[in-house]
Amino acid sequence: MTERNEAGVWQEVPSPFCGIASDDLTISVNDQQVTVIENGDPITVKGFETPITDTVPRVDGQETSLANAVQRIAELMRDSQQTVISGLGTDLNGARSAMALADKGRATVDHMNSAGAFRNFLVLQDTGWMNTTLAEVKNRVDLLLVVGSDIESAYPRFYERMVWPQETLFSQDIESRDVIYLGKAPSGDASTSPKGKKAQVIPCDDADLPEVMSVLRALIAGRALQADQVGGIAISVLSDLAEQLKAAKYSVVTWSAAMLDFDHAEATVQTLCEMVKDLNVQTRSSGLPLGGKEGDTSVNQVAAWQSGYPMRSNFNRGYPDYDPYLSDSLRMLADDEVDTLIWVSSFDIDRTPPKTDATTVVLGRSGMTFDQEPAVFIPVGTPGIDHAGRAFRTDSVVSIPLRQLRDSGLPSTFEVLSAVEQAL
Amino acid sequence: MLMKLTGGRIVDPAHGVNDEVRDIFVKDGRIVAEPTDGKIDQEINLRGKVVMAGAIDMHTHIGGGKVNIARTMLPEDHAADVVARTELMRSGCGHAAPSTLTAGYRYAEMGYTAGFEPAILPINARQAHMEMHDTPIIDKGGYVMLGSDDYLLRMMAANDDQESINNYVAWTITHSQAIGVKVVNPGGINAFKFNQRKLDLDEKNSFYGVTPREILLRLARAVKELGIPHPLHVHGCNLGVPGNMNTTLDTITGIDGLPMHMTHIQFHSYGTEGDFKFSSGAAEIAEAINSNKNITVDVGQILFGQTVTASGDSMMQHAAHSHAHPNKWVTMDIECDAGCGVLPFKYKDQSYVNALQWMIGLETFLLVEDPWRIFLTTDHPNGAPFTSYPHLIRLLMDKSFRNDVLSELHPEAQKASRLASIDREYSLYEIAIMTRAGAAKLVGLADRGHLGVGGAADITVYTDDSDREKMFSKPDYVFKDGKMVVENGDLIDVTWGTTHVVKPEYDNSIEKELKGYFDKYLTMKMGNFKISDDEIVDDGRGSLTIQPLHKGGPI
Repeated sequence: MTERNEAGVWQEVPSPFCGIASDDLTISVNDQQVTVIENGDPITVKGFETPITDTVPRVDGQETSLANAVQRIAELMRDSQQTVISGLGTDLNGARSAMALADKGRATVDHMNSAGAFRNFLVLQDTGWMNTTLAEVKNRVDLLLVVGSDIESAYPRFYERMVWPQETLFSQDIESRDVIYLGKAPSGDASTSPKGKKAQVIPCDDADLPEVMSVLRALIAGRALQADQVGGIAISVLSDLAEQLKAAKYSVVTWSAAMLDFDHAEATVQTLCEMVKDLNVQTRSSGLPLGGKEGDTSVNQVAAWQSGYPMRSNFNRGYPDYDPYLSDSLRMLADDEVDTLIWVSSFDIDRTPPKTDATTVVLGRSGMTFDQEPAVFIPVGTPGIDHAGRAFRTDSVVSIPLRQLRDSGLPSTFEVLSAVEQAL
Repeated sequence: MLMKLTGGRIVDPAHGVNDEVRDIFVKDGRIVAEPTDGKIDQEINLRGKVVMAGAIDMHTHIGGGKVNIARTMLPEDHAADVVARTELMRSGCGHAAPSTLTAGYRYAEMGYTAGFEPAILPINARQAHMEMHDTPIIDKGGYVMLGSDDYLLRMMAANDDQESINNYVAWTITHSQAIGVKVVNPGGINAFKFNQRKLDLDEKNSFYGVTPREILLRLARAVKELGIPHPLHVHGCNLGVPGNMNTTLDTITGIDGLPMHMTHIQFHSYGTEGDFKFSSGAAEIAEAINSNKNITVDVGQILFGQTVTASGDSMMQHAAHSHAHPNKWVTMDIECDAGCGVLPFKYKDQSYVNALQWMIGLETFLLVEDPWRIFLTTDHPNGAPFTSYPHLIRLLMDKSFRNDVLSELHPEAQKASRLASIDREYSLYEIAIMTRAGAAKLVGLADRGHLGVGGAADITVYTDDSDREKMFSKPDYVFKDGKMVVENGDLIDVTWGTTHVVKPEYDNSIEKELKGYFDKYLTMKMGNFKISDDEIVDDGRGSLTIQPLHKGGPI
């Protein structure tokens, strides 16, 4: 459990920033300054160490009380024809309060990472998948296929924690594990084994990935192909990969949907997931979607159990009206369908609201700066630093308890949005 | 405030009270004795009404990862039953995979005041509790799933003594905040990860060399020795496989007389006779239940229509994936701990197999003699959504209605079933046993499921009606902890129920080894795995009720 010793040092601190919920961090807290002492990485260190600047809410650029700022948000919502509550970089209770507010205020809900997340949800809702979770990867993977994603740039400790552990439950020789990249090449050496075995890279452009994945699936399904190359890759190379996947006892195919940033990438995710199903006719294979950033999995989970749908429901008619296209908040903003945007971003000062003519309210992490001052800005606490909370990690199965590490006095998103709901 | 419920026809099997006119007095959420000073603050006239304790669903998938996968993957199912917000209630969705809020409201509107999630994965328990926390009105709790977890199988492979296993079971139940222990396809979910595709009762897991029979014996003994009131909750081997009745019979006799609850027994009662090589094993299974007093069952009745099956049994869900309707499905391997599988499914009355499944469930209900040992479930949502309970009650209480429905089903299935010849009709008293007194006793709820002094004032009031479906669909009143929450079938107040748990004792030295295991092999620290009492209380709506243990100790 996260605990503090006498010197003000916290042990076993979980990170809500890294997507894989590393909870082996050692952190010191000196007054308001947080320092990661052990097991940090660039993303987690930035997450914990971003200093507090603002602590006072602003309305139209003028400092005011929290109560006034809350009243102002309630007024804006009352006068609004279409409010969007988005960003939603928050934790369990922040998500609960956002859903309650959207329900009462007839708003639309969306998350800042939905563009990626929906590449997966559309597949789940159309054909499904066979997926796995991190501890299974850690103990079982014998072949890791990374599709179209430089995962170490977004998940710096994924390899160290999940692919190259000291030992595993089933006496596997770690060096026997193979890592293969299809599409983007890795940006660093995290995928290189402890003894120096490098990942194989089968490069292709994003634009060719849909076709390359289709061919790989076809080869695994035993279909005859006339072509001798696809996307610059010789078919023989993909045939070898297909044979490796079929021979593997527990292959894992991973991708970061955020990095599959091309039109209709959901079709490629679907091909990948159906390929995993095909492999399971004879052997075992699993998918592992990587996400879990900015509270995205937490928020989608809460929305699903409270409304039946992940993000992108509109409550305008009094019930959740789900539409992955119509309720895409970026599309709505671009098409001027929104008069009030409530943007929640309590993890990362760089995840600021999109540029818009809509009246903008920001519940943001202290330290956030804006090109254009929002109508209301409330600096809120960060879950797992300024207040306790809970957060899901990438696999949507495991959630971690987040503890309060310092007393900053910053309100939680839950407190602010619940107060707005009361004031409505 | 003292409330008097006057003159109702009390059906309270926990106290042997069968349709006797009595008054009930309620104060501070509890049933109390008649006040000696005669001072009554509020009186509600229940003359002529049927009064029972609030109903308890002892097996319903209302929270946790697989349920939320089911919700997320079924937008088209929700679309037909979206639920608008009211001044009182949040919006949501109903039918097969309802939102947590709607589930709570609808349970209450049917007179249910508690529901128990039967498959809480230890590593996913936090999520199950988050979802149940967002389920209003009803009390809740759950059974924690063991038996495919690497740690237990490793202990068994090393032939660790029973006391060590008891400690591990008690530690897990405590820190996942559960009230019982469930096993699903014992060892099979784990075996699937090693690419085994079936696991019979005496078949060894290829890695650990452990069999399902051994797992059941070890866990049933642990539950008994720890004094956990709810017997080991067993989803057996070979779910859905024709011929699995023999495995089920073997499982019943193989448990050495230890208490065992066999869940959704309907799905485990299939023979292989007839042209379709699929037949009813209900008579043999019921006979085995009747003669083995250590066995309890719930039925897992199927009813016709679209639903979704959400199960921890990744092995059998994968095997069944070609039946998914619509054609989409999910399985997951989970954390060297467990797994799950989610398949939408449509039960069709003109399908021979589905029609016979319906008959097998009803045969089981009607052939098991002791209503204290059989429980009314559809394995929500796997056999049907829980909202179909009033219809199911009518099927049990009304022979002519039952036979009318039967006569419309697949004709070959009708010929293969003896259902039409069974005359039994359940009485109100027996329904109250199955859904109240017996369920509370089975789950281990000392203060629920009865109307005696000291009990929680969870009370449901019905208008007697020969149309039992109508009667049980719309209670006149439902009181939750003494507060009226339903009037004339409509919700009038939203309260938040408690979470029932047990806290068996264990030797804390087990944590030394567990901590090393978590550190080395898992992906979260042991300390962060544990769910604190504060997490159950959460934002203040939640509370924890610790139920008493039985006398345990070595058998």
